[in-house]
Amino acid sequence: MNRGEDRTPALGSVSPALEQRLQELWEGEGGLKGVLSTVDHKKIGLRYIVTAFVFLLLGGIEALIMRLQLAGPDLRLLGPEQYDQLFSTHGMTMIFLYAGPVLSGFSNYLWPLMLGTRDMAFPRVNALSYWIYLAAGIFVYVGFLGGNGPNDGWFNYVPYANRDYSPGMGEDFYALGMVLLGTSTTLGAANFIVTAMRTRAPGMSINRVPILLWGTLTANVANLLVVPAVSLAFFLLWMDRQFGTHFFDVRAGGQPLLWQHLFWIFGHPWVYAIVLPAMAFVSDGLPVFCRRPLVGYPLVALSTVATMILGFGVWVHHMFATGLPALGMSFFSAASIAIVVPSAVAVFSWLATIWHGRPVVTTAFMFFASTIILFVLGGVSGFMTASVPVDWQLTDTYFVVAHLHYVLIGINVFPVVGALYFWFPKMTGRLLDERLGRWNFWLMFIGFNVGFLPMHLTGLLGMPRRVYTYGPDMGWNTLNLVTSIGAFILAVGIVLLLVNVLKSRRGGAPAGANPWDAHTLEWSIPSPPPPYNFAVIPAVASRHPLWEGYLDEELRSSLDRGLLLDQAKESLGTSPLDALPDMILRMPEDTVAPFVLTIGLGVLFAGLIAKSWGLALVGGIVLTAALVVWLWPRRELREREAVRG
Amino acid sequence: MAELIALRQGPLPVGPVGRRGLGWWGVGTLVATEAALFGYLLFSYFYTGATAPPGWLLEPRPVLQLAVPNTILLLASSVVAWYGERGVLTHRPVQALVGFGGAFLMAILFAAVQVLEWYAKPFRLGTSSYGSLYFVTTGFHMAHVAVGIAVLAAIFLWTTLDYFSPRRSLSVSAGVLYWHFVDIVWLFIFTSFYITPYLGFGR
Repeated sequence: MNRGEDRTPALGSVSPALEQRLQELWEGEGGLKGVLSTVDHKKIGLRYIVTAFVFLLLGGIEALIMRLQLAGPDLRLLGPEQYDQLFSTHGMTMIFLYAGPVLSGFSNYLWPLMLGTRDMAFPRVNALSYWIYLAAGIFVYVGFLGGNGPNDGWFNYVPYANRDYSPGMGEDFYALGMVLLGTSTTLGAANFIVTAMRTRAPGMSINRVPILLWGTLTANVANLLVVPAVSLAFFLLWMDRQFGTHFFDVRAGGQPLLWQHLFWIFGHPWVYAIVLPAMAFVSDGLPVFCRRPLVGYPLVALSTVATMILGFGVWVHHMFATGLPALGMSFFSAASIAIVVPSAVAVFSWLATIWHGRPVVTTAFMFFASTIILFVLGGVSGFMTASVPVDWQLTDTYFVVAHLHYVLIGINVFPVVGALYFWFPKMTGRLLDERLGRWNFWLMFIGFNVGFLPMHLTGLLGMPRRVYTYGPDMGWNTLNLVTSIGAFILAVGIVLLLVNVLKSRRGGAPAGANPWDAHTLEWSIPSPPPPYNFAVIPAVASRHPLWEGYLDEELRSSLDRGLLLDQAKESLGTSPLDALPDMILRMPEDTVAPFVLTIGLGVLFAGLIAKSWGLALVGGIVLTAALVVWLWPRRELREREAVRG
Repeated sequence: MAELIALRQGPLPVGPVGRRGLGWWGVGTLVATEAALFGYLLFSYFYTGATAPPGWLLEPRPVLQLAVPNTILLLASSVVAWYGERGVLTHRPVQALVGFGGAFLMAILFAAVQVLEWYAKPFRLGTSSYGSLYFVTTGFHMAHVAVGIAVLAAIFLWTTLDYFSPRRSLSVSAGVLYWHFVDIVWLFIFTSFYITPYLGFGR
């Protein structure tokens, strides 16, 4: 066998000549072609984050309009149909287009930097998953802005969503848009899994990875297995609506509860998928400001995994009121209560880290620390509804709305904003303004709690969710007004965040490589990082490569001296558990194939929604052509032999 | 430390060698998510069937005349594709072409017979939830067969271009793995729709 192409990679040190060579190899093209063809995880990660924040703002504006409508009784700012579309689009936007993708964005940006590698495992797939996410977002918003938004809530129960009760095209836009988005999520999940398993820096064995790896990896293993459930559910709904099938149609032997099962088999693991990486921001960020390692790293890592494993078995707690057998409900109730244990492990670990540390109170610290409080509040109300009889009392009331906002804002938005304060200097080379940051934090924290804490009470007083208005004699007037005021205070806080980002992006204080004196690998390279991330591949000897002197570790990581890999666009492949060098990876150049493929896919879906089969065919052909070009074995990637004979 | 880790290893392969490459893991994740998709389709079938009133099965004793030989044909095509892969791995180009070409033709034959099978059914997509489940599930599978046919054709073409060697063969192994998946998942679909009614499900 021809082993002539095997190579022992040279060892060397960081030098200007080396950096120059790598810059030439890794720097992408400029101009429009560069924008459409880049496969750099840092650019893609930032695009994810910016796009997700745009959707956060859109969803936020929708929420504010609803809060104006609900600020007093019998208001008529919106009609019932408008309100239905608005709350459904708000939920869809926040849960699908903001909360998941923003975490993908951070992990996309951070993973290769934290793991000591030069890009994700599949850079082109990474570009593709971003483009498809963008296409799906545009697709559903084209529907919404054209008056065809979903109007049956984000979980879109049949028979409301059947054609009989939702005759417009709103449900079709939602259904096909979610199938499109599911493709993006699945591609991203595959990429995260392989990146985690095969590209970590040598020596970064599985017990030395940052918690963010555990969080995002766990979330994406779940995504890989459960996203097909929701994509299928939406596809079957679309078939029922447009092609006369009877999956959910009880008159022809269909089963409406099948929708709820398929949706929540996905939906509940998804809830963990959109909080576990955010909890990992806290687990990785909080210790930096407490000046000590995270307390109980192995327990936090394992409880992350345990949360997800239990998370696969709790979906029926969304269906306690559907008349399922009591034995089945008891099982799901028990699993839902048991999930408190791994969640509490994280909480106590954070508290112990603060307790045993010497906290430096920065804006990022305040966001991370406040997550603990909000998580406990959201967790307790979740624990309450895990109990079947309590759930029967509370289901479909504002109590549940309060609970889910404590979970999603408390354990997604707050840690995400904290992560932004923490990693913004790495991304831009500039620090965010701390003074503005305090105002930002307190307005968000006070606004959020003023808005959502009373909402528990509104629910206990019996106000059902998803009503477009309420009568003046129900006793809900003051509570709703307070909630609306809180929502606007929260919004002002978010606006301050934007102001801070725009102001500091160019005018902020220069950050340097490691402004927080943090301990993970991303802080060992310049801010913002060069296109190749690491001039030499670092070798890792502990969980805290940059704190080894401070912690007096026996083994020391090697950051300035390591494998060079400067002969071509190359990175290192390592073994899954021990991260021992296994192979030299040839990394792909920039390519427009992912963008063209997405255009094809977009045209295909436009054809499907318009039932224009010619258009769909054109899209399918473009898509196939892009795939063929993409998958054609390439010599420069060593996917085939050199031409012989 | 860096020296220790790196020097202990000796020469490393550049790019994918055999199945050792990220692409193999990539196809693995693809198969996992696709398997989950079919799992949810079959869950839908069993859940709907188990909660439906009697008489739900439109064909209480599914006709096996076409389905059984076609199933055997599809499983056999997996063996033939494997034979082709062995041809690449042992540097026998003719064996490789026979294997991929044979599997390609068998896949097309399977698809053609499956179309006949669809026409022979006494019900349609819109007849009832059973008809919907039958045609959408087998339809999903047929879409995967179509992709598999394209994959086998591509591997055949690339083999005629002499792209592969026992060392550089990841595209072949990945494509053949996908084809094995398409065949194995059919066994589950076949068992669910054609065999379980005889065992009493849905009656």
